[in-house]
Amino acid sequence: MSGLEQRILMGNEAIAWGLLESGCTVITSYPGTPASEILGSLVRFRHEWDSAVHAEWSINEKVAYEVALANSYLGARSAVSMKQVGLNVAADPLMSSAYTGVKGGFLVISADDPGPHSSQTEQDSRFMAMSAKIPVFDPASPRQAKDMVGHALNLSEQFELPVMLRPTTRICHARQDVRISKPKVSKRKLEFHREPGRWAATPKFRYLLHLQLNEKLKHLASNPDLYPQLLNAGVDGDTCVVASGVALANTREVLEDLGLFERVPLYQVTVPYPLNPDFASQLLENFRRILVVEETYPVTELQFRQRDRVFGRLSGEVPDAGELDPERIEVLLREFLRLPSIRPRPQPEVKEKRPTLCAGCPHRAAFFAIKRALPKAIFPSDIGCYTLGLNLAAVDTVLCMGAGISMAAGFYHAHNRTGEETPRLAVTIGDSTFFHAGIPPLINAVIHKARFVLVILDNSTTAMTGYQPTPQTGRDVDGSPAPAISIQDMVKACGVRFVREADPYELKEFSALIREADAFSRAADGGVAVVIARHPCLMDRSGREASPRQQLRTNERCKGCRYCADHFECPALVYSEDEDRVHIDSTSCVGCGVCAEVCPTGAIEEQTEET
Amino acid sequence: MIKQQIVISGVGGQGVLFITRLLAEVALELTAPVLSSETHGMAQRGGTVISHLKVGLFYSPQIRTGQADVMLALREENVLLHGHFLRDQGLLVVNKADSHDPGAIDATGLARELGSVVSANIVLLGFALASGKLFCDVDSIRTVLARILHGQRLELSIKALELGVQAPK
Ligand code: SF4
Ligand code: SF4
Repeated sequence: MSGLEQRILMGNEAIAWGLLESGCTVITSYPGTPASEILGSLVRFRHEWDSAVHAEWSINEKVAYEVALANSYLGARSAVSMKQVGLNVAADPLMSSAYTGVKGGFLVISADDPGPHSSQTEQDSRFMAMSAKIPVFDPASPRQAKDMVGHALNLSEQFELPVMLRPTTRICHARQDVRISKPKVSKRKLEFHREPGRWAATPKFRYLLHLQLNEKLKHLASNPDLYPQLLNAGVDGDTCVVASGVALANTREVLEDLGLFERVPLYQVTVPYPLNPDFASQLLENFRRILVVEETYPVTELQFRQRDRVFGRLSGEVPDAGELDPERIEVLLREFLRLPSIRPRPQPEVKEKRPTLCAGCPHRAAFFAIKRALPKAIFPSDIGCYTLGLNLAAVDTVLCMGAGISMAAGFYHAHNRTGEETPRLAVTIGDSTFFHAGIPPLINAVIHKARFVLVILDNSTTAMTGYQPTPQTGRDVDGSPAPAISIQDMVKACGVRFVREADPYELKEFSALIREADAFSRAADGGVAVVIARHPCLMDRSGREASPRQQLRTNERCKGCRYCADHFECPALVYSEDEDRVHIDSTSCVGCGVCAEVCPTGAIEEQTEET
Repeated sequence: MIKQQIVISGVGGQGVLFITRLLAEVALELTAPVLSSETHGMAQRGGTVISHLKVGLFYSPQIRTGQADVMLALREENVLLHGHFLRDQGLLVVNKADSHDPGAIDATGLARELGSVVSANIVLLGFALASGKLFCDVDSIRTVLARILHGQRLELSIKALELGVQAPK
């Protein structure tokens, strides 16, 4: 590649490239949709360049934040990326580092998920930036996301302040032709300047740091480079639209399609916080009505001190929840600009195909076995592919990473206090989630004498977000060998006395083990019982090779009861209305053979040579 | 200048994203601007997957109702689900077992004969290209396939493409 090249890049890849181009040397992350591909692609690009960047999948977002921050304390450029709810986990270092500030540029990339498509909330990371008092950039395209990485890092260095980049799902997962140039090789010398009043500030100094932070923000807000830009220069009127992020891109396109781009001034806010205070007052002076279009919460809108002529999410002109896709934007623009509204097309009656665990997924076998062993239990669970255990009615609660274990303890104590019999409890958590946030609640449950069954679904990968290694995999981000931490040892070290491991494909044995675990948890000297369900994810090549492959078929004993399709719900079990029986779809069946155990009449059998 | 909006719809595992990326690379070769939008995460687990591809000067990565020039449906049911994106007189190409209707092809069946059910996406694309209504031609697809795939996968894909192109209309 010469100096410049044009490539199709996903928003996340564009961000990764931006980090390399601007000379970041430590980049960390914890996977989460829609942010996962940032670090993943960075590792690929890094190999193209053989550059000495330290990249890691950290154990969780808080740790990721702190590892990267240290590099910036030393004067080098760094970045941490995560999804928006991950920023909740990293909120502690976020708030504190706004006070200490940084030396080398520090970029916090927090990807929001309006909709939400793959998250438990639609929360707006720009509010997190506001509450931490750090500036935030809001890109409207992959190309712009890449450019903003450079601007944000410069700004971060200039003001010695962490800076946030907040892309949304539609930017992260959009693809665009992007111009890239050669990554910069950083030759900075690392230096730690001892400054206890800053890096180890006591509350008294913290107050002073707060004053400094306020001062930095004030200067930054009036920086002319960050002033919102009028995209259609020369256009005038008494009504204008202010927008940012992908909502800006959608607004622009709809305005152009309606032939209004030449008539309605459109401002892009690139830095929604801190909003230049003159911008708000000038707009109020020049326009009679101002529409603010932004995702997902009213961050820009709120910074208009006087809002009687400002319309947006707060005032109700823009719906106060949900993604602002171009369709919705057309509706609200027509309303605001008093154009005839469009007749909404009849929306299709058909249901989308709901997501489901893959055919042959070991999680399905584990859930089925747990339900069979403890049908009346409460099933707290957690976040990952296995959340889809919902389809098997084997997942009752999903709050946030790690919460399943703490909540099981909570359910137990709530009942135990009453002196009545406690309900059966069977928690599920994935291997990666266990390392991320499951260990402290497990220790907590043990020391407070909670009793429940915990099943750790160990498929040797972080499947949902694209098969990143877990601490047990023994593999680094680029595939090189790394020390492996055993889940079993970890669980024992947490003080659990019942720890067993089994393959959920062996349904009968696995169910029996769950019952045994339950008996232990309820015995006189019982406690938390842990079963590690070990079977590699089938999407992983080694996982597929390690799994059996059988040819299955249903025989005439199938009486069309649909028990397998409803309660095991493998996508390869297809009920045929005409024949009133179930068939196995040979294209999606992976031949795990688990369903043969499931059918009560023994109608699913292995196809032998003769048959 | 080229300006075309394409919706590609199917379920997880059918290769919706591969077709989207392939077409985006072709647009790049033609030096046309591209924007596309795709589904990731939870929905990919066998759920409905849709991607939007916009070739030419656009700002929004998404396509609005009634604006798509072309819809490639890898699954018949998805026509009901996402057909509303297609504009009047837009080109609809659908993969279905009974391929007598205009615009329909049994891409899965043809791909199965080839010994590679997963290539149904490319068969369907070949069929769509043969209409001459896409922003690019078969040759440009071949060129990009040869760049991004290798060995057996490339061979299979080229064969699948031909099958689609030559399928009776
Ligand atoms: S295969 Fe067994 S469980 Fe499934 S519908 Fe037939 S009889 Fe019922
Ligand atoms: S063997 Fe049964 S459970 Fe396993 S993938 Fe095939 S149909 Fe599904």
